[in-house]
Amino acid sequence: MATDLIVQDPSADASAPQTGRVRRRAAGTSRAPGDKALVAAPSTWFVWAGMAAFLVFLLGILSSVIVDSFGKSWFASWLPESFTTEWYSKSWERFDLTHVIGVTLVVAVSVVVLSVLIGVPAAYLLARRDFPGKKLLSLLFLLPILMPPITFGIPLATVMYNVGLGRTLWAVILVNLVPSVPFVIMTMTPFIEQINPSIENAARMCGASMRQVFTKVLAPLLVPGILAAAILVLVRTVGMFELTFLVSGPTSDTLVVAIYRAMTSAGGGEARQLVSAMAVMYTTTMMVILIVALRFVNPTQLVARVKDSRED
Amino acid sequence: MSTAVDSRRPTGDPAGSPRGAQRKSSASLRHRLAERGIDTGLLMLVPAAVFLIALFVYPFTYGIGLTFQPSVLQQEKWGGGIFANYVAFFKDPFIFDSIWLTMRLALPAALFNVLVSIPVAFKLRGKFRGKRFMTTLLVLPITLGTVLTAQGLLIFAGRQGWLNRFLMGAGIIDEPLQLVNNYIGVLFSLIITGFPFAFLLISSYLSGIDPSLEAAARTLGADWKQRFRRIILPLLAPGLATTFILTFVLAFSVFPSARLVGDAMGSTRVMSLMAFRAFGEQNDYPMASTIAIMMGVVELAVIALVLLWRSFLYKGSTGGKG
Amino acid sequence: MAITASAFESLELTDVGRSFGGHDALVGLNLTIRAGEFIALLGPSGCGKSTALNCLAGLLPLTHGTISIDGKRVDTLPSEKRGFGMVFQNYALFPHLSVEKNVAFGLQMQGTPKAEMKSRVAEAIALVKLEQHAKKLPGQLSGGQQQRVAIARAVVLQPRLVLMDEPLSNLDAKLRLDMRTEIRRLHQSLGLTTFYVTHDQEEALSLADRLVVLREGRVQQIGTPAELHDKPANWHVADFMGYRNLIDLTVETVTGQDVRISGAGFSLNGLAAQPVSQGEAVRLAIRPEDLTVVEPGGAVRDGNTIDATVAVVEYQGREFAVGVQTAGGQTLHVRSAHAPQIGDQVTLTASASRALVYRSNLDEDASGSVPELAAVRA
Repeated sequence: MATDLIVQDPSADASAPQTGRVRRRAAGTSRAPGDKALVAAPSTWFVWAGMAAFLVFLLGILSSVIVDSFGKSWFASWLPESFTTEWYSKSWERFDLTHVIGVTLVVAVSVVVLSVLIGVPAAYLLARRDFPGKKLLSLLFLLPILMPPITFGIPLATVMYNVGLGRTLWAVILVNLVPSVPFVIMTMTPFIEQINPSIENAARMCGASMRQVFTKVLAPLLVPGILAAAILVLVRTVGMFELTFLVSGPTSDTLVVAIYRAMTSAGGGEARQLVSAMAVMYTTTMMVILIVALRFVNPTQLVARVKDSRED
Repeated sequence: MSTAVDSRRPTGDPAGSPRGAQRKSSASLRHRLAERGIDTGLLMLVPAAVFLIALFVYPFTYGIGLTFQPSVLQQEKWGGGIFANYVAFFKDPFIFDSIWLTMRLALPAALFNVLVSIPVAFKLRGKFRGKRFMTTLLVLPITLGTVLTAQGLLIFAGRQGWLNRFLMGAGIIDEPLQLVNNYIGVLFSLIITGFPFAFLLISSYLSGIDPSLEAAARTLGADWKQRFRRIILPLLAPGLATTFILTFVLAFSVFPSARLVGDAMGSTRVMSLMAFRAFGEQNDYPMASTIAIMMGVVELAVIALVLLWRSFLYKGSTGGKG
Repeated sequence: MAITASAFESLELTDVGRSFGGHDALVGLNLTIRAGEFIALLGPSGCGKSTALNCLAGLLPLTHGTISIDGKRVDTLPSEKRGFGMVFQNYALFPHLSVEKNVAFGLQMQGTPKAEMKSRVAEAIALVKLEQHAKKLPGQLSGGQQQRVAIARAVVLQPRLVLMDEPLSNLDAKLRLDMRTEIRRLHQSLGLTTFYVTHDQEEALSLADRLVVLREGRVQQIGTPAELHDKPANWHVADFMGYRNLIDLTVETVTGQDVRISGAGFSLNGLAAQPVSQGEAVRLAIRPEDLTVVEPGGAVRDGNTIDATVAVVEYQGREFAVGVQTAGGQTLHVRSAHAPQIGDQVTLTASASRALVYRSNLDEDASGSVPELAAVRA
C-alpha cells in the first residue's frame, strides 16, 4: 500500500517534497485523489459520479434561468425561438431595481459593519476571559443561530410594527443583525482562541496600552478572521429572505424579497422571464462576492492558518 | 441598558451604591471583583449584551406573552381562555399537521446532506490539482439563494424543462415526471441549498483531525475501513452532530421554496408558511407568535435529541490543528 | 546610547496573593528584590510560580498584598506602565512583524524618535547576535533564534526588571545550556535585574543569586543557591533540590542537632534540619552523591551502614549511579566508584552531616507568614 504513494506525487510542493509525501501517506483513502491511478476503488467512482450528478443538476438549474432570462417565447422546445436582452431593461424599470439594489447594498454593508463592531469585542471576551454568567451568555448568543428565523422573527417583527419601525430600512437592518451578530461571535471566538494570549501580554509588557494592543497587534492578526466572517455575513444578509420579508415594505425590499414578491404577486405572478432576469442579476452579484472572497480566505482552512503562524 | 450591566454584576455590593464602596476601599473591591473575573474589560460586552436584550430577549419574551392573548376569534372558535391559541394549534389539523409535513422535509434533507458530505469531503481532503475549483463549484449553490433555486427548479425540472425533455429523449420515461410544485421539488431545493453548508463544515472538521493519528492506526495494521470506522468516525462524530443540527435548522425553517416549488396548501404546508399566513395574511399576531414559538419548540426538541446522542460521544480534542 | 537598566533601589513584594474563585494560587509572597539581583522562582508545575510572575507583571490583578518600588506602589499600575520587560515561555513574538519590528515595537509605543529607535534596535539585535536575521519574520527562525528576539525585545526598553517565564523550556538540551550562559552574560553586562521562573533546579541554581521555592502557592524557602543546596528548609525543598532518597523513619534519640533514627530494617545517625523530638515520624533526605557503596576495605562514615542488593547500574562518566533495594524493600539511589554486578550484596554509608532529618508533616512548619496572612484577611 505504501509503495504506490511514493511512486508518483504530482501535486506535492517542489519546495517541500517531504511534507507532501508524509501528508499523502497520512491521507485516509487507500489512494490519494491526486495520484494518477488507472484503477480506482468503486467508492471513488461512486463519489465522483454523485458529484457529477449534483453538478449537472446545478448547472442545469443555473443555465435554465440564464437561458430563460435571454429567451423570447420559450415553450415546448430545447431552446427559445430567439434571444433578447430586453427582459433585463424591462425588469430594471418594472421593479425599480436601482432602488432595490441600493437598498440591498446599504442593508448588507450596514449589517456587516455593525455586526463586526458589536460581535468582535464580545467574541474576544468570550475567548479570553472567564466571568460569571459566561455560559448563559454564550447560550443566548447561540440561540438566534439555532432557532428558525421565523420563530424569533415574528415576535420581533410584531415589536417593530408596534414601535412604528415596520417597513423601514432600519427595521430591515435591525432584524438582520439578530442572526449576524451571533454568527460573527461564533466564528470569531474560536479564531481568537487560536491566537496565543501571551502575544497580547507581550505587547502590554512592551508598554502598549489596551487600545494599542488592539490596533497594533490584535487587529492585524484578526484581519483574516474578520474578513471571512464579514464575507459570510454579507452573503447571508444578501440572501436572507425570511427575516427581511417579515418587516420590509415596498421602499425597503431587498433583492431576494423583490424577486419573491414578483414570483408570487397576485394574478399569477409577473412574466417568468422578468423574474429570471432579476434572479440572474442576483446570482451574478453573489457569485462575484463569493469568488472574490474565496480568493482571499479559504473557509475550511481558517483555523489551521492561524496555527501555522504560531511557533510552539 | 441597566439590566445589561446588572446581569453582569451579580456580585456587586448588594446594599447601597457600588460606586461609593469603590471609592472607600478601591483596592479591596477591585480585588474581590477581579477574583471573580470582573473588571472594566467586560465593558466590551456591553454592545453585544444590549443588542441581545433589545433585539432578541425582549421581543422573544414579548412574543411568548403575546401567545397568551389570543384574539377574540380564536377564543370563540376554540375556547380555552388565554390558552386558546395553543388549543387551536393542537386541535386544528390544518395547523397541527404542518409539524409532520415540516419534519418529513427537513429530516431527510438534513440526513442526506450530512451523509453524502462525508465521502465527498473525504475524497476532496488531500491536495490535488483543481481542488480549489472543485470546492468553489460545490460551494456555488450558496450564491444561488433559495429564490433563484426555486426559479431554476421550476424551469429546469418543470414539465417542459430540460430534465424531463432529456429523460424522455433518452427513452427512460414516457410521460414527463412531476418534479416541481410538490414534495420532491422542495426536497431538491433543500438539498441544493443545504449541501454546500454541510460539505464546508464537514471538510473543516475533517481537516481538524490530526493526520498522524491515522498514520499511527496504519502502523498498527488497520486497513482503511478500520481506520475510518475506529479512528476517523469517532473523532468526527461530534462534528457530524453539529453539522446535522445546522443543516437541519436550515431545512426546518424552509419557507420560500415550500411556497414557490412546493404545494403550499398541501404536501409542503410547512410550519413557517402557517406562521406567516397568520402573520401577514390574517394579521393575527398572537396566533402567528404561537405557531412561531411552537416551531422553535419542535426544532429545539430535535436538537436536544441530537445533543443527547452527542453527549455519549468522545468530546475531547481531535489532536490536530483544530 | 548603550542599553542599560533603569535604576532603582529595591522592589518589595508584601504579602502578595492571588486566588481564583476560592482557590488560592499564591499566598503571602514576601520578597525584596535588590537592583541587579538575579532571582529565580522555582517549583513544580502548578505550584503558582506563573501566577506570581503574572502578578508581578501586572497581567493578573492581585487579590492580596502590595508591590512597591522604592516605596512607590506599582501593583495598581497596568502592566504597560510598570516598565518591566518580559520574556515568555513560547516567545510570544508578533507573527506579523519582522524581527526588527518586533524589537522596535516597545520603543514605538513609547514614541521614541526615529533615529534613536533605529540605533537602539540595531544595538539590541547585535546584542543577541541576530544581525543577519533582522528582516525575517519570526516564523522563519529557529526556536533558539526566536528566544533571542524575545530577549532583545524585552531588554531594548531598558526595563527596571526583566521577567522570564521558563524561557528555555522549549529548547533542546544543548541549546538550553548555550542560552543559559547567554542569559547570565546579558544579565551581568547590562546590569539587569532579573526575575526568572523555572521548574528546573539545575537551571535555577546555576543562574540565580537567590532562589525562591514555591509549593502549592506558598513560599517554602528563600536563599542563595548554596543554602538551598546544602540546607533545604523541609523535605519538599530537599526533594526538589536533588535529595532523591527520602526514607520515612522514626526518631530514637535526640542530642542537640544529632539524631539517631531507625526503621525499615536499619538505623542511622543524622542531622536534624528541623526540630524533632523522640518518637516522632520523620523523613530522612540524602543525596545520591552522599550515599555511597563501601569499597572493599573502605571506611564506614559515622557508623552509618545500610545493607542492600544491587538492582540497576547506570554508567555516568566518572562514577556509577546504582539503584539498590534494602532488605526492607526500600529503593535507594546511590553512587559507586566501581561497577557492581546486579544482584550483588553491598553496604552503603553516608556521613551523619549529610543525612538530613525532617518532619514528615509539611504544613505546620511552612513559612511563618500563614498566621499573619490570616490576620490580614480577617
